Amino acid sequence: MKYLSEYRDPELAKKYLEEIKNTVSRPWSIMEVCGGQTHSLVKNGIIEMLPKEVTMIHGPGCPVCVTPLNLIDKAVHLALEKGVILCSFGDMLRVPGSEKSLLEAKAEGADIRILYSPLEAVKIAEDHPEKEVVFFAVGFETTAPANALSVIHAHRKGLKNYSILASHVLVPPAIKAVIDDEESRIDGFLAAGHVCTIMGNSEYHPLSTKYKVPIVVTGFEPLDVLQGILMVIRQLEQSHSEVENQYARIVREEGNVEAQKVIHEVFAIQNQMWRGIGEIPMSGYGVKPKYADFDATKKYEVSIEEAPENPRCISGQIMKGIKKPYECGQFGKRCKPSNPLGAPMVSSEGACAAY
Amino acid sequence: MCLAIPGKIKSIEAIHNGLVRMAKVSFGGITKEASLEMLPDAQVDDYVLVHVGVAISKVDEEEAQKTFSYLEEIGELGELEDVDEYLPQKD
Repeated sequence: MKYLSEYRDPELAKKYLEEIKNTVSRPWSIMEVCGGQTHSLVKNGIIEMLPKEVTMIHGPGCPVCVTPLNLIDKAVHLALEKGVILCSFGDMLRVPGSEKSLLEAKAEGADIRILYSPLEAVKIAEDHPEKEVVFFAVGFETTAPANALSVIHAHRKGLKNYSILASHVLVPPAIKAVIDDEESRIDGFLAAGHVCTIMGNSEYHPLSTKYKVPIVVTGFEPLDVLQGILMVIRQLEQSHSEVENQYARIVREEGNVEAQKVIHEVFAIQNQMWRGIGEIPMSGYGVKPKYADFDATKKYEVSIEEAPENPRCISGQIMKGIKKPYECGQFGKRCKPSNPLGAPMVSSEGACAAY
Repeated sequence: MCLAIPGKIKSIEAIHNGLVRMAKVSFGGITKEASLEMLPDAQVDDYVLVHVGVAISKVDEEEAQKTFSYLEEIGELGELEDVDEYLPQKD
């Protein structure tokens, strides 16, 4: 496929690896923020091929992993007790709630549907006026425009039976929280290319300047990731820090302005809980009061007590890069993709499942 | 979750009284629908990046080549730096 398979060329990948080896002179820790990049690093064996001086730290960029436990419990409750058609992206289904996952609720008879796009959920609401349809709208900035667009479409069509259960998280505040954490030691970042496709690069310049860290906006194919790593290391070796764009074939400096308009029409920035990490100020999107009729948390009276996390899961330390998945005592023993204790073992983008 | 794939626009159709442009996008032979609401300028034959049913960016063909020439570029820059070492020192 054009613009995809050519970025998997093994010969050029070897040349990039060679150049990384020739450039690096001391140990560096680099965080790839996005779970898609973690998946690419592990699946393509890049981690083992990098020189020993380069340590890749896997960041919190897996929305499935950071969606609060309480919200999963709410989704399960809506599907089982309120009888709604609950629509979701596929990888949310197996994430453990405090009592059960959405997949277990589905097995008990709840009408839970796996969709590729939130726009399909609007169609289901249109086709089933007698039923309530809720879309479990999780994601980073990349997914926010599509989720917001579903609300705009439903509003435009005059639908009264469509709402979203939103859990949207934002990357720049998470990078800041990671840098500010006393335990984490990260020298440079690969920023998430598709998040920047929407939001542009402007939020990263002040972070790079303030904390003197190189930030390279990076794509997802093996050559993208390798080039991104090389660009970070070249900056580090020259004691330099700025924002560079490896993924310029997709990412414009200003992002996608039309998509930003759609986001700001429906969502407002708010404090957000991150599963495994805690609350990060101004790090999420909530539905604006103007669209309260489409906000499932306002539409349904669902108060579910905050349940404690499984104490054996150390996902917070994994996602801040303090521990590697294989340093967890449960990894591969009690906690496996087929029976995950915590969210990072569920999605293929989760750091634990990637290993 | 942020997975997005580049594909080629095969056809464009306006729906909802012309308010929404929907495209048929081919991904290596598999065709899916995508909204073009975020890309008002996208046209048939453009390559666009699609995420959960919404096209979010147009592929810049010129920039797309740079990953293949980057190593040569930094190599050339490196050579220039080397040349500097051999130039007479100003004092």
